Amino acid sequence: MSEYRVLPGPEHFLPPAAASMGIQLPNPGEAHINGVIASEEKAYEEAARQFLMAKVPTIFPGPLVLWAWNEKAAKKATAIRHLYNTLKDCVQPGQKAMLIPMPDYRPKYPKINPEVEINPNHPNLTIWHNKIDCCMFVGVHCHQANLSLKIIRGGTSCYTIAMCAQAGHEDAMLSFRDASVEKIMRLADTIKRLKGTVQPRLETAKNGASS
Amino acid sequence: MATPPSVIGTQNKKGQTYTDPWKLLHEAPRTPSFFTGSEVIKEAVRRSSCDVMIAYPITPQSEAAALIGELFAEGYIGDYFRGESEFAVMSQCAGAAFGGARVFTTTAGPGTMRAMENFPMWAGARLPIQMIVTCRGINSPLSIQPDTLEIAYLLNTGMLVWHAETAQDFFDWILKGYLVSEEPDVHLPLALCCDGFFVTHTKDVVNLTPADMCLPPYDPYRSPVPCMDMECPPVRMMRDPFVMKSNYISYATHASWQQEIWAAIERSRKHSIHWLNGLIDTENVDAETLIVASGTAVSQGREAIRLLEEEGVRCGLVKVKTLRPWPEDEIREATKNAKHIFVPEFNVTGWLAKELRATIPNPHRVHAGPHVCGGMTMPPEIIVSEIKTALGMKSFSLAGRGS
Repeated sequence: MSEYRVLPGPEHFLPPAAASMGIQLPNPGEAHINGVIASEEKAYEEAARQFLMAKVPTIFPGPLVLWAWNEKAAKKATAIRHLYNTLKDCVQPGQKAMLIPMPDYRPKYPKINPEVEINPNHPNLTIWHNKIDCCMFVGVHCHQANLSLKIIRGGTSCYTIAMCAQAGHEDAMLSFRDASVEKIMRLADTIKRLKGTVQPRLETAKNGASS
Repeated sequence: MATPPSVIGTQNKKGQTYTDPWKLLHEAPRTPSFFTGSEVIKEAVRRSSCDVMIAYPITPQSEAAALIGELFAEGYIGDYFRGESEFAVMSQCAGAAFGGARVFTTTAGPGTMRAMENFPMWAGARLPIQMIVTCRGINSPLSIQPDTLEIAYLLNTGMLVWHAETAQDFFDWILKGYLVSEEPDVHLPLALCCDGFFVTHTKDVVNLTPADMCLPPYDPYRSPVPCMDMECPPVRMMRDPFVMKSNYISYATHASWQQEIWAAIERSRKHSIHWLNGLIDTENVDAETLIVASGTAVSQGREAIRLLEEEGVRCGLVKVKTLRPWPEDEIREATKNAKHIFVPEFNVTGWLAKELRATIPNPHRVHAGPHVCGGMTMPPEIIVSEIKTALGMKSFSLAGRGS
């Protein structure tokens, strides 16, 4: 097994893809935490804990759930909205839950508006601007998600979670696979259950930016 | 668009039953058939649920393209047409794959080289096109004879590269190739190579799966990049190039993009091991002398090992099945006991020996050879001679003026 661990950065000027460091994706029914295969049960707990600890926990929904291009996508979007509302209800004063879409993948030049969107080609700009210290990708095409997760790991200290509908993402610090409405709802339930049991790191939190 | 229900058990328009791939390849009855390699390619494609095949006829190196035209005439392939050149063919393959089709094509030798610009583009665009490469000479003066030098050029394109030894490998791997390359965490093109003429033009007994069973169709909506579906909004999120932008962010993004392609090759290991039963095959690797080879050099090596055994020399064999992903760990393990490692190759540069030397500890153990090229055959006796000479045994010269 690889000794490499997928941890919050800033890691490197050009960090390696985690797969190239020997990190393997989970099999169906599993997840990974920091590149180590874990049970889904444990991953729900850890993802909820990271969200509840963060100063600015943020969900980044991508095009696959922003557009009602099939019935499943529409249902997932509703579940994501429920997850966001749950998160908002469960955080404490001083914490700020956010929902920022990734509407498309074209590089945004000359300047992205980081308050209203994130882009996979320069996701660090949105992370830095909003001081996001924990985020979750959902509904982003896998290639674009991996690009983005790696760039975030390279240049920020943000904790990344992937709720992937396919095989998962090694470049996230925590990844689910085969994401479904049920899994998104279960994460919301776990956040609700852990509400009040996790101490937010308001005093010690970095702002997501590279120091 | 609604997510399609499973099609397993239903029939296509030709009456073939979409079959669970594992059952098709491991449990369905097999019929021994005496076919040329080119005919075997046709039979594999018949069972592959291919949407599009685009050809630049490269006969006489391989008849596969023409034979697949017959499949189109029979109704087994959605579309089939001829490109103006190999470059055009590979560009058209990209267009078809962008649109969500399962695509198949063939090439060889100078055609591979002419189309080369497309291969990193396929990989970068994450297009799981399957391309058969029936290797032949690439240099001037023209040769249509087998020579594997073109594989060296394919190794760094970002494609998966597999090297088949036999027509049976070819039949199975065409089907398995789609299963690996279309996985959403892989989703890369596959160059499925064989040594032209030796495999394509000779007849062999190949165990075929039933012709009335086929792979499930490709689902482009599992692609890691947006599928170009003109009816669906994600098509509007196209992959704009970064090349027009000159700043740190665009360079860093492009770098990450390249890393992601090679990460996808790494991810293919798990799936390739599952379907190919390992990235290498080994025989007697506890021996002090080993042959490491790919393609038909494996067959020649196997015969050389038999000849050596008759003389009391024990020699093991490592058959390298996948060149990308490169089976680094497997080869290090298989060669750990070897004192002498011989790498017979059908090319002038010895690219496999170079890969091997870069992989294992104590690379001085690698004897790069024997080499033949330009269409020469490799009699097992020259492998035997090379091994015996290196081991300090008396070996007779195989070439002479005749007597």
